Amino acid sequence: MAETKNMILNMGPQHPSTHGVLRLILELDGETVVKLTPEIGYLHRGVEKLGENLTYHQFIPLTDREDYIASLSNNLAYCMTVEKLLGLEVPPRAMVARVLLTELQRIASHLIWLGTFGLDIGAMSLFFYCMREREQILDMFEACAGARLTINYFAIGGLRHDLPEGFETRVRDFIKIFPERMKNDYERIFQDNKIVRMRTEGVGIISKEDAIDLGLSGPLLRACGVPWDIRKSNPYCGYETYDFDIATGKVGDVFDRYLVRMEEMRQSLKIVQQALDRLPGGAHLADDPKVCLPPKQKVMTEMEALIHHFKIVSEGFEPPVGEVYHSIETPRGELGFYIVSDGSNKPYRLRFRPPSFVNLESLAKMSEGKLIGDLIAIIGALDPVMGEVDR
Amino acid sequence: MTEFVMIMLVKMFVIFGAVMLTMTYITLAERKILGYMQIRPGPNRVGPWGLLQPIADGIKLFLKEDIIPDKASKVVFVIAPAMALIPAVMTLAVIPFGPAVTIMGRQVDIYMADVNIGILYIFAVSSIGVYGIVLAGWSSASKYSLLGGLRSSAQMISYELSMGFALVGVIMMSQSLSMVKIIEAQKGVWFIVPQFFGFIIYITAAIAELNRTPFDLPEGESELVAGYFTEYSSMKYAMFMLGEYINIISVSGIVTTLYLGGWSGPILPPLAWFMIKLLAVVFFMIWVRATYPRFRYDQLMTFGWKVLLPASIANILFTPLLMWFFGYL
Repeated sequence: MAETKNMILNMGPQHPSTHGVLRLILELDGETVVKLTPEIGYLHRGVEKLGENLTYHQFIPLTDREDYIASLSNNLAYCMTVEKLLGLEVPPRAMVARVLLTELQRIASHLIWLGTFGLDIGAMSLFFYCMREREQILDMFEACAGARLTINYFAIGGLRHDLPEGFETRVRDFIKIFPERMKNDYERIFQDNKIVRMRTEGVGIISKEDAIDLGLSGPLLRACGVPWDIRKSNPYCGYETYDFDIATGKVGDVFDRYLVRMEEMRQSLKIVQQALDRLPGGAHLADDPKVCLPPKQKVMTEMEALIHHFKIVSEGFEPPVGEVYHSIETPRGELGFYIVSDGSNKPYRLRFRPPSFVNLESLAKMSEGKLIGDLIAIIGALDPVMGEVDR
Repeated sequence: MTEFVMIMLVKMFVIFGAVMLTMTYITLAERKILGYMQIRPGPNRVGPWGLLQPIADGIKLFLKEDIIPDKASKVVFVIAPAMALIPAVMTLAVIPFGPAVTIMGRQVDIYMADVNIGILYIFAVSSIGVYGIVLAGWSSASKYSLLGGLRSSAQMISYELSMGFALVGVIMMSQSLSMVKIIEAQKGVWFIVPQFFGFIIYITAAIAELNRTPFDLPEGESELVAGYFTEYSSMKYAMFMLGEYINIISVSGIVTTLYLGGWSGPILPPLAWFMIKLLAVVFFMIWVRATYPRFRYDQLMTFGWKVLLPASIANILFTPLLMWFFGYL
C-alpha cells in the first residue's frame, strides 16, 4: 500500500468566499479538512494606535472602517463609551434616533450576510433580492448623513445633524414592504429549498458550553440556545423600554444561525416601528458647548459659539482621568470599547473588542473533520468582517 | 461521390456555424434571463439590448495573454481544452435538426448523419469529454484545479451511468438507436408522456453531466475558485466555455429528439419546431441555475448512486408495463 500524504491547501487571502482577506491554511485528506489554521492580519491598519494620536472627535470616522458592513453600530459603541467617560447626557430625540438607525443597520447588515451566504452555497439570485432591500436602507442613511457605507452619523453627545425631512415616510414605506419581501423573496426561494437544508442542517455544530468558553457572541451564540443579548442583559439607549424578543436556536448549526438572523431582522423591524412611533422632537445634540459642536448658524453670528467651535475643532475636549468600558450589541455580537484617559485631549489607550475576531476563533473547532463545502457554509454563517478582525 | 463530399462539407460548415452562433447567443440569453430573474438588466452596453456582447467577449478572450503556468505539464495543458471541445462538437453530427428538404433539386437532410447507433455514438463520444477536464485539472499543477478535476471525473462518471439507463426506456419503446427512427416513433405521442419518469432522470443527470447548477461542483467558485480551469486564460479558457455551451446545445438537442418529439409539430416548419423545443430546454436549465444552490460533494455522490441510479433501473423494469399500457407492444 502506497503511503498517502495530506495535501496542504492555501485558501485566501484572495479567495471568493473568505469574506475579505482571511487566509486559511487547510490540511486536506481528499476533500476532508483535517486541520485548519486561520491567518489574519492582512487588513491590519493599526487603528488602536492611531486612536492614541487623534482627538476624541477625530477618531469617530475610523470606527466606520472597522466593521464596515455595520458602521453605524461602531459609531454608536464608540460615542457611547466617550459619553460614559464624560458623563454626558444624550437628548431623548438622539437616543431614539440612534436605536432606530442602528436597528436599520442591523437589518442592512443581516441582508448582506444573507445574500453572501446564499452566494457561498451557490444560490445566486437571493443576493440580488437582498441588495434591493439593503439599497432602500442605504438610501435612508444617505439622506441622513450623505454617506452610504461609512456613514459617520453619530457624534459624541447625539447626532451630527438632525434627521432629514421625509425620513419617517421612507422608514414607514420600508416597514410596509419588508416583511412581505422576506416571506416571498427570501424564505420561499431559500429556506424551503431541499438543497439548502441539506447544506446547512447539522453542519458546523458548536455546543453551548464550547460557545461560552470561546467567548462567542451575537447570532452565533444565540443559535446555540444561549439567550445572551446586550440589548437585554445590559440595556443601553433605552432598549429596556422596547418590546422585542431574543431569537435563539436549538442545535447551534448553520441553519439555526440562519433562522436566528432572520428572526432578528423581524425583531429589528419591530423595534424600528416602536422607535418611529415614539420619536420625540427637540434637540439632536446635547447642550454641552465644551464637547458638542455648536450649530453653524450660531458660529456665524455669536462670538461664544465661534470660540467653542474653534476650540473643539483644533484641540478637542479633555475628559476626566479614568478608564471606561462600554459594549453594545452589533449585528455580529458584542462590540466593546475600552478607553483609558489621562486627562489630555487624546486617549492614553484605546482598545476594542471586535465580535468577529472572537467569533473567528471557533472556526477550527467547527470545521475540522468536515468537507470543504461545509467549511464554506460555516465561514459564511460566521459572518466575519475582516476590517474588524484585523483592526 | 464528389457531390456527396460537397454536400457533406457544406452541411458541416452550415451546422457548425449555426451552432456556434446559437451558442454565443445562448451565453447572452443566459446572462439576460438570469439578469431579469435577479432584478437587474444584464448586459446592455455593447450594441442595442447588449446584442453585440458575445462578439465583444470573443474579441476580448482572443486578445488576452495566454498564460501557461511554469510548473504545468505543458503538452497536456495545451491538449486538454481541445479534448474538452472536440467531443462536444462531434456529438452534433448525429443530432437531427430537421428532416430532409429539397434544395436545388437535391434531397438534403438537415443533419450530418443518421447513424443506426446514434445514441450509443453520443454516449461514446461525450464520455471522452471528461478526459479534457481531468487532464486540465491535473496538468495545471494547481491544487484548486486538481480538486476540480477530481470532482468532475467522479461526478461525470457516476452520472453518465444513470443517464444511459434513463435512455434505455426510450430505446425500448422506439425499438431503435437511430435518432431519426426515434423521432418517427413519436408520431403518436411524445415520449415525455410515457417516459416522464425517465425524462426527469435524464434531465437531472444531464445537468450534472454539464456541470451546471445545482451540480456545478467542479467549478464551484465559492469553493474551488474556478475548479479545473482556474489556471487557464485566453482562448484555452474560451475553449472550455465553448465546449460547455455546445454541450448544452447537444444535450438540449438530445432531450428534444428523445422526449419532445424532435422536429415534429404543426404549422411551423420542422426546423423551427426543433429550435423552439431546444431553446425551451435551454431556458429550463437557466431557470434552474437562477433558483438552486449547490450540492455538497458527498451529497452529490449519494444522490447519483443511491437515488438516480436505482430510479433509472426501476424505470427500465417499469417500461414494459408502460409499453403495454400505451399500446407499443
